[in-house]
Amino acid sequence: MKRIFKPGLLIPVAIIVVLAIWPLLSGNSASSREAMFTLIMSMALASSLNIILGYTGYVSFGHIVFFGIGGYAGFWAITELGWHILPAALLGGFMAALIAWLLGLAVLRLRGAYFALATIGILEAMKALVINLDFLGGPVGLEMHFSEYKRYGGPMESLWMVYWSMVFLAILVTVVSYYIKTSKFGLGLMAIREDEDAAEVMGVITPRAKTWAYVLSAVFPGIIGVLFFFKNGNIEPGDAFRLHFSIEWIVMIMLGGAGTVLGPVLGGGIYQWLRKTLLTSPIFKDYQLVVAGVMLLVIVLFVPTGIIGWLRARSAKLRRVFE
Amino acid sequence: MKILEVKNVTKRFGGLTAVNNVTFDLEEGEILGLIGPNGAGKTTLFNCINGVYKPTEGQIIFKGKDITGLPTYRSAHLGLSRTHQIVRPLNELTVLENAMVGACYGRENMNLGDARKTAMEMLEFVGLAEKSDVLAGALNVAQKKRLEMARALSAKPYLLLLDEVLAGLNTAEVTHMLDTIRKIREQGVTIIMIEHIMHAVMSLSDRLIVLNYGSLIAEGSPEEVSQNPEVIEAYLGDPDLAARLLEEEKA
Repeated sequence: MKRIFKPGLLIPVAIIVVLAIWPLLSGNSASSREAMFTLIMSMALASSLNIILGYTGYVSFGHIVFFGIGGYAGFWAITELGWHILPAALLGGFMAALIAWLLGLAVLRLRGAYFALATIGILEAMKALVINLDFLGGPVGLEMHFSEYKRYGGPMESLWMVYWSMVFLAILVTVVSYYIKTSKFGLGLMAIREDEDAAEVMGVITPRAKTWAYVLSAVFPGIIGVLFFFKNGNIEPGDAFRLHFSIEWIVMIMLGGAGTVLGPVLGGGIYQWLRKTLLTSPIFKDYQLVVAGVMLLVIVLFVPTGIIGWLRARSAKLRRVFE
Repeated sequence: MKILEVKNVTKRFGGLTAVNNVTFDLEEGEILGLIGPNGAGKTTLFNCINGVYKPTEGQIIFKGKDITGLPTYRSAHLGLSRTHQIVRPLNELTVLENAMVGACYGRENMNLGDARKTAMEMLEFVGLAEKSDVLAGALNVAQKKRLEMARALSAKPYLLLLDEVLAGLNTAEVTHMLDTIRKIREQGVTIIMIEHIMHAVMSLSDRLIVLNYGSLIAEGSPEEVSQNPEVIEAYLGDPDLAARLLEEEKA
């Protein structure tokens, strides 16, 4: 089934592109850029987590640890070594991947709830470690001098550069996610998700496949962490390793549809849009997380496959359109 | 040529000896029936052969290569496939995708295109072709059993381990499955089958081995085995026991 027009890939990429150019079309470009940045970043992060959570069936609760590790590695390289953002971002991705690989050797032997708990443990341990590392600034973290932005043509230009880099990354993650899903490797991952022992009996080299899935799901949050904290101008353990952000990514995936390419893109977008709406509403501004919690409950109970999963289950025609 | 040699295989779980010093050979192209009462260690023996368990003692030689304790995916790559007594469909994948996993990761390590073709052929072979787009979780038990078979065959195995593929099927389905197994053998695949339905296993097997409490108690042609007093005792209890008890009662 070789076709040039692949709706499964084009639809999510088109959604990202349309949202990405929105700030250029709207009047207030700076504020809508910030809103879109959050939206598109969530899509990219949720899509990354989906590789291990949705395709492979391993619920990585503390997945933000890779965002934090990458963020710290890149931020440190920028502020202490004077690196350009590009190699620093790659370093962030590399460190996240390396640590995912090492941790994977141990925690990927666990299954189900035990794996999920272990990932929370890893997150908390990493946070405690960073708080106690003086060269990373301990509990107060690291700051970047404002003059750092001069290198990229000033603060405004830096913000736009980070923005377009994020758009590029989000598209890249989506493409990677699509090619994993439609590849032999992805078929092996989904076999592991459905029944790991049966997959192994059929010849799937489960330790290797799981490790690759974990590494691939860690590398993009690592890079995104560098962009995010570079834009922020500072990094501290509380922001870099915040458990509830991880949980929000899971909500996004469940909302859109775990194990689909479009699901996390849609879920990430809807969730962040909803969050923004609630945060700015006088009635709901303090109950934003309550709404997220209730939403997760409703999804798990009534639409466990998410929006896209639900649509895909309706008809074979929709299955061909939505991956 | 010997395709499989099981040498003095023992498997203990703590104090329980599930398989006790079992030795047998298998010729290429043969159908070997593996029978025995419930809990005799038949499935455990399968698990030792394909590497789900590492035998406590003994050796498994497959096509002249020692595969004792190798991970199951390695034995799958070497051409050893199996079905499960309790079916294990990949529920959220389609029937075709289920069979494709077998083809992709089996002996021939196919790419997706070839795997799709092979998987479709095997689904046709077992009579599931029209269900290829359905999610595996939606099949009924008989169809799931056939899916297990299609999945195992898609790997193009040399040796196929069938674990109670007839259990839970009705008479018509059993007849259908027996035909399928005969056709598989005609393609040169060697088979070991665990089965409780005696008429089926007797008519299909070239040779039978009988396990009881983990030990091999009899081996031979179906006729020989069915006459063996030890086998009859294992299944039905001691035939003379009732008579003897009556004697004692009188005395």
